[in-house]
Amino acid sequence: MKVQDWFKSGSPWIWLNAAAVSASLIMVFGLLALIMVRGLGFFWPADVQMMDYTDKQGQEIRLMGEIWGEEEAAYQTLIDNGYKLTGDAEFITRYTLKTGNRDVYGADFRLIIEPGIKNKSIPDDALVVVRREWGNFYGFLTSIKENGTELKLDQDALWSEFEQRKERALDLHDEIVEIQKSDIGEVNHGLESLRLLKKRYEIDDDLTPENLAELDAKRKALDARYAVIQKRLNELNQDITRDSFIARTADGQEREIRFETVVKVYQPNQMSLPGKLATYFANIWEFVSDEPREANTEGGVFPAIFGTVMMVILMAVLVTPLGVIAAVYLREYAKQGALTRTIRIAVNNLAGVPSIVYGVFGLGFFVYFLGGNIDRLFFSEGLPAPTFGTPGIMWSSLTLAILTLPVVIVATEEGLSRIPKSIREGSLALGATKFETLWRTIIPMSSPAIMTGLILAVARAAGEVAPLMLVGVVKLAPSLPLDGNAPFVHLDRKFMHLGFHIYDVGFQSPNVEAARPLVYATSLLLVLVIIALNIAAIQIRNRLREKYRALES
Amino acid sequence: MPSPDSQQKNSGNSLIQSEGFYFRFRMFMDKFMRFGVAFGGISIIIAITLIFAYLLVVVFPIFHSAEIKQESSFSLSASNQPIAVTEQSKKDLSAEDQITEDPSRPKILHLAMEEQNEVGLRVTETGQLIFFDTRSGETKSTHVPNLPKGVSVTSFGNADPATTTIALGLSNGHALVYRHKYRVTFPNDKRLITPVIETPLGAEPLLIDTQDEALTHIDVQSNDEGLTLVAGTADKRLLLVAFTKEESLLEETETFERIGIELPSPATPITHLLVDKDQRELYVASEGGYITFFDIQDKAEPKLLQHLTVTDSGSELTALNSLTGGISILVGTSDGQLAQWSLVRNENNQEQLVKFREFESHSAAIVKIIPEFNRKGFLAFDESGLFGIYHTTAENTILRRSLSAANIDNIALSPRANAMSVFTKNNQYSLWSIDNEHPEISWSSLWGKVWYESHEEPKYLWQSSSADNDFEPKFSLVPISFGTLKAAFYAMMIAVPLAIMGAIFTAQFMSPNMRKTVKPSIEIMEALPTVILGFLAGLWLAPFVEDNLVGIFLMLLAMPIGVLIAAYTWQRLPQKFRFLVPDGWEGALLIPAILLIGWVTLSLGPYLEMWWFDGDITQYGKHLGPWLDRNLYLVIAGLLFPWFFLFVTRSKKINQQLNKVKNEFYQSSLTLGISIVMVVLVGALLSPIVESLLFDGDVVAYLKDSTIAFDQRNSIVVGLAMGFAVIPTIFSIAEDALFAVPKHLIQGSLALGATQWQTLTRVVILTASPGIFSAVMIGLGRAVGETMIVLMATGNTPVMDFSIFQGMRTLSANIAVEMPESEVDSTHYRVLFLAALVLFAFTFLFNTMAEIVRQRLRRKYSSL
Repeated sequence: MKVQDWFKSGSPWIWLNAAAVSASLIMVFGLLALIMVRGLGFFWPADVQMMDYTDKQGQEIRLMGEIWGEEEAAYQTLIDNGYKLTGDAEFITRYTLKTGNRDVYGADFRLIIEPGIKNKSIPDDALVVVRREWGNFYGFLTSIKENGTELKLDQDALWSEFEQRKERALDLHDEIVEIQKSDIGEVNHGLESLRLLKKRYEIDDDLTPENLAELDAKRKALDARYAVIQKRLNELNQDITRDSFIARTADGQEREIRFETVVKVYQPNQMSLPGKLATYFANIWEFVSDEPREANTEGGVFPAIFGTVMMVILMAVLVTPLGVIAAVYLREYAKQGALTRTIRIAVNNLAGVPSIVYGVFGLGFFVYFLGGNIDRLFFSEGLPAPTFGTPGIMWSSLTLAILTLPVVIVATEEGLSRIPKSIREGSLALGATKFETLWRTIIPMSSPAIMTGLILAVARAAGEVAPLMLVGVVKLAPSLPLDGNAPFVHLDRKFMHLGFHIYDVGFQSPNVEAARPLVYATSLLLVLVIIALNIAAIQIRNRLREKYRALES
Repeated sequence: MPSPDSQQKNSGNSLIQSEGFYFRFRMFMDKFMRFGVAFGGISIIIAITLIFAYLLVVVFPIFHSAEIKQESSFSLSASNQPIAVTEQSKKDLSAEDQITEDPSRPKILHLAMEEQNEVGLRVTETGQLIFFDTRSGETKSTHVPNLPKGVSVTSFGNADPATTTIALGLSNGHALVYRHKYRVTFPNDKRLITPVIETPLGAEPLLIDTQDEALTHIDVQSNDEGLTLVAGTADKRLLLVAFTKEESLLEETETFERIGIELPSPATPITHLLVDKDQRELYVASEGGYITFFDIQDKAEPKLLQHLTVTDSGSELTALNSLTGGISILVGTSDGQLAQWSLVRNENNQEQLVKFREFESHSAAIVKIIPEFNRKGFLAFDESGLFGIYHTTAENTILRRSLSAANIDNIALSPRANAMSVFTKNNQYSLWSIDNEHPEISWSSLWGKVWYESHEEPKYLWQSSSADNDFEPKFSLVPISFGTLKAAFYAMMIAVPLAIMGAIFTAQFMSPNMRKTVKPSIEIMEALPTVILGFLAGLWLAPFVEDNLVGIFLMLLAMPIGVLIAAYTWQRLPQKFRFLVPDGWEGALLIPAILLIGWVTLSLGPYLEMWWFDGDITQYGKHLGPWLDRNLYLVIAGLLFPWFFLFVTRSKKINQQLNKVKNEFYQSSLTLGISIVMVVLVGALLSPIVESLLFDGDVVAYLKDSTIAFDQRNSIVVGLAMGFAVIPTIFSIAEDALFAVPKHLIQGSLALGATQWQTLTRVVILTASPGIFSAVMIGLGRAVGETMIVLMATGNTPVMDFSIFQGMRTLSANIAVEMPESEVDSTHYRVLFLAALVLFAFTFLFNTMAEIVRQRLRRKYSSL
């Protein structure tokens, strides 16, 4: 075909339109792939590389670490940055090397350029120590100390002894955390309730000597319990500091590391593929089940997962009945006319109102107005410290319930409208009342639609961050909104959220570079949850359509 | 057995009727649920519309004008404190022009109040400081100055109200300086306020005029470092005396070093003196409406900076005071004008008094101007007894009224500006509460250009808080609304073409099988949490764009051309290959092509940047100038090429000639060749014209200093990320509309011989255009309200610059950033609610429009 004919036929423009679809698809799947690769790659125990590197000043140092990234940097830019380079390449590979050892070098990362690297090697006995403070340590194990004295061990015994002592320290640490969290938490909670109870008595003018004596007795019992716990805790703290080990960094500096600060240790260069895979999945498990460390930049995201799930469940509990009632009213009871049409348009539009507006509403109305009044009426003993008059998980779920209400209403209405008239009429003809028809046939039949609406609402709520920033999410919640202290569910508490975690760690953390892979991993988790929910909703919707198509015919 | 009423006509079944109680229960349940559901449904719908109402309720107070209410009133002569007045002291004061209804009462020089509005202070012309209860009038304590015999008070001056310092000028050239402080104690859990008089420089009168002339005018300012007094003497001299604190470490005592000099006196008699809060500027008002402005930063060497008239000719300056913060002065004149003058640096970096704004004028001469303590508001009253509350930033009259029949003698404003004491000429004292919570907001301060203090010109600024108390909050919604629209604009630039073109292809040309997977994939994008998009935009895309700026622009340019070339190549392939891919899979076919083009352009980018811009495109001017100088004609040619190419392919005459060439390849090459030659010729012809029109005739010189002000988080990043977020919304709705175009219309058009493309442009798009419009509206609504992406990818600086390389701050991000920190019910809080309301109204409007259009379209389709 000739060019001019081809243009005249208009098919180039069709091709351009096709390109738009392709571009959109590439963007979607590229984005997912990007998150996937970066998020999953984070957990892989990469080999630790050792090299001699000549730095800008011409000094040669020995470095060891994981290569985290590489890029092509323009020759001129590097020269401008003070590198001394020879040769005439236009671009030079620059690596980001995670050297760890923040306590030794002051930074976790180092930019190194290809021409400065010599003698690359992968030493077998390189050690990666994940610590509770100062980030990772990369080096070699030299010796083990007990109570400050070095143990005399040969090379083989050294490692097994190391493993053994590490396990012991980890067990002790677990026990300490458990005591601090549950036992001491319980005592503190008890003391706080006593303080509030006393204040309550004062407000009610009910502080009789008997009451006072009772309170005192309770407080004494708690104090006594606290003393016991504290003693045990001191013993454990004593025990855990017993062992330490000496490790040597790549450039020969020796560091003493206490076992109590160690989270885990591995030797990636020695691992076989199954070993690496095992570590890989262990890392993933740690990520979803552990608490965050080091200002959220390391460790797991369990509290964020928990907070997200709990908030979403609360929201679902609130939004389902409200949405269904409103939809049933609109579709089954209200007179279909201009008014219902207007209401329907308005409800539809509410779904398009920016989420931040709901956040503003939630903060002003729920938190300050409702919460403030609840505090004045029921929790006056706690004032001026607010109980419900401050952002918290209850207000977050309520705000999101209002935000997702239109979604549920629209989906339920659609489900109701799809139910063939014949079914309704059949039921009525058999003598059922309108309510019975509704309750026994229409609603059960439209339950997949309600389900779809609910899933879509949950998916939207799980990904929504902006309103939560105003009504209850925090970067680090000291305790979960659900725990062993009465009344077990603490709706007034603030909580952590996966989406906010991404924002906070990615943009507010002191060490963004180190935290970035964690943010990718968190994003991946959130994306997976939301895509799964959405696919479920689409599947249910499709099945539902099929079902009624059969009924109609 | 009651027979079922008409509503329950379906229950007339004999079986049911026989079960008496159960039947009634069922009927009851049915009725109950009918009301229950109706009630529930209606209340839920009302509840969600309440959002709007609640936002309004919170916003409303900022547009509410102020109110005052009288709290108490008493007659001063009836109060239990008789005031001794000597005839002697009365005569020394120049009080001839005062009409005193009660001749027995001494003139009140000054009124003040403490923070709780419980204790007032009045300073009488005899120099007595009388503290009194503001509600009952009962005197709490009186301080009588110990004046030498024959010496009287001749003038009065007060410092910045927050320092509570006052000065009394005496007839012997001395001055007394006092501070009135209030000690708050809580004996028996009740608040008790005890007024205290402090004398910062000792109880003895300070020597001001070494020639012992009476001080006819005086003003004072004090702070921790020292004290400045300015006085005019009876023999028309102007004196400046500064006391600087010197702390001796050894003796732990404070001594004051005194500097006293005489300043050049203005030509006309002095009427007012004013020293600013920081003791750096002195304003001397003199008859004829003149102000002489001295720089007194160096007390030993004051500099006269300006001498100017601040009133209209023929009128006099009758009131002068400084606005809180000490940068502006407020001037009242004998013809009732009120104006704000402020210091602005001129081109020589010298401070100059400039008239900022005028306020609604009074009909009588202004008597006094009283500034608020912490806000940029003030109160003024005139001779006719009319008083008004004004705000400078808002350029607003907040309240104006006459208090009583008798003229106002003096007014004091409470430090929190929530009460005032008024003293009238018939010796009546009254306390008024003022309800004026949000004076700084007016239509003009939200949406207009405002001349803020220390700025050279009126501007749109958003700067809501600062650590400083004297800070003038800048609540212009213009820059953040502009940012919102800018972000939405760039997002739509990306999203609209991609989404609509994609929707056209998906709905009309794509094979059903491919469509089944494509549509849900793109729709799932919609559910993608925006926080993830924002995070990627801020931390991955922004640095990527910064590193690959040239590559990205190259990609945008090369992509359509590359796609066309790829498509044409495909068309020229032997049928054997072409039939491998069925119709409607062009999209899948193009994916590798697009990836390839993207990869090639992106990897070419750095090399091009190196060749053309020396590796740094932000300094593009240096290199682009000479290059354009040589190649301008090529650039013009490139821009014009598509039009010429279309012209050549469409022109009948040329085609007739071309058709004579039989070989297809040659013919195509000839077409291209002719267009290129034509376009280059035209480019060469046009380039001098373009150069003189666009570049002042010399492109090298014109572009030499051009650089890009490049923010890493800029509009490109926001456009791409938010465009990505908006694509699925637009795509989904537009695709629905296009897909629903009745098939018989399309088939009819095709049957009449129209090509697919003609059918599309003349039938399908036209029919579905309302749907496409509503898709764009809804997408726009989403782009406007999106928060997390802009929060993370814009840099959040409220600049008003449309540049694609700069960031912005949007309404939504602004709310997210500032809301958690704003104090409940403060002006800032309410303005943020207003921002939310604006967003709400905006999106609601767009969505409603879209929804109505969509419903119309649905009806149209069903009729077709």
